Amino acid sequence: MQHTDRRDFLKLAGLAGVTFTAGLFPRRQAAAQGSDFHFIQFSDTHWGYKGPANPDAEHTLEKAVATVNGLAQKPDFIVFTGDLTHTTEDGKLRRERMQRFKEIVSALAVKDVRFMPGEHDASLDKGEAFKEFFGATHFTFDHKGVHFIALDNVSDPAARLGDEQLTWLAADLEQHKTDDRIVVLTHRPLFDLVPSWDWTTADGAKAIELLMPYQNVVVFYGHIHQEHHHMTGHIAHHAAKSLIFPQAAPGTAPRRPPPPPFDASLAPLGTRDVAMGAKVTITELPVTKA
Amino acid sequence: MKRRVFAALLIGSAAGGGARLAAQPSNEVSIAASKFEFTPETVKAKVGQPLTFVLTSFDRIHGFKMPEFGIRADIIPDQETRVTITPTKAGSFVFFCDIFCGDGHEDMSGTLVVEA
Repeated sequence: MQHTDRRDFLKLAGLAGVTFTAGLFPRRQAAAQGSDFHFIQFSDTHWGYKGPANPDAEHTLEKAVATVNGLAQKPDFIVFTGDLTHTTEDGKLRRERMQRFKEIVSALAVKDVRFMPGEHDASLDKGEAFKEFFGATHFTFDHKGVHFIALDNVSDPAARLGDEQLTWLAADLEQHKTDDRIVVLTHRPLFDLVPSWDWTTADGAKAIELLMPYQNVVVFYGHIHQEHHHMTGHIAHHAAKSLIFPQAAPGTAPRRPPPPPFDASLAPLGTRDVAMGAKVTITELPVTKA
Repeated sequence: MKRRVFAALLIGSAAGGGARLAAQPSNEVSIAASKFEFTPETVKAKVGQPLTFVLTSFDRIHGFKMPEFGIRADIIPDQETRVTITPTKAGSFVFFCDIFCGDGHEDMSGTLVVEA
């Protein structure tokens, strides 16, 4: 599939948002190892959130599910990069939210769906409830020649990957050649985006150090509730919008301000389509068709 | 029984300065951490004057992090955690909880105002 074709059909479907195209694997030549494919990234759905940042929070997830189901070309799979549910200190309510979230997303037509935790899901019970509903908090899978690594930087409430997971990551990477295509999925930024807002991972630099010898690595993450693109050396990091409420732009105030009140004209919410080949095309999708 | 925990005195970054061998006496400021605030929320210091934060919590573990000074500490309930800095430049610097503690954690922060 050509990327231009993909943008065309998204436009025809009335779904095309801002499109970001970049060298997905900057050191990779045009000849791809596997077929091009695309997937959908949901992030920060915060099921259970109620507040002025999204008066329609109760229905936003259902609308987004319908939007993704309406795509002319089905994605190969779907990933949720954390904060599936909004936090609660009540373990029973946490499980009720996870159950309801699971029921809503079960309507997705694509059944290959991968779930990752955010701190709202996992930091208060070290991922216990998340594992009951969604399975492991860190894992790998392979798809059409691309190796995906999902890292958990939230089950530790201090936002650490931890030595055990870093050892696991190192062992996994050792099984791959340095020119293999590798996609890392995570919730929090692995790099120090805004340390004074705690937009970082305490030991994320150790993960980046392990990844650095690999020439074709890209990271997709969430947590900051907005599109953002950053390079650490040759490794690209792409943050996704939240589905449920926006956050202030990185570093625009000394202390992180609360989420801004809902403003429909900004339409900052949505999901994203990631088309992968020798290059990446990220197309931001609004919650629903206009 | 309270245990007194002495956090490491860290050599700071550009904002932080560090330990003084011929140290001036350190001012102390007590800060209580609780969901989801620090009390007091604003603390004042002077350039070149060591300041010791005396940190306590009575509800759960919290964190205390000041990236500009390169310091962080756990605040464990019923313990006293002490962290000393020596500011080397004036300005406002954020401190915040870096251990997720619930709905409101993201708002748990304060400001150190350093005067010349």
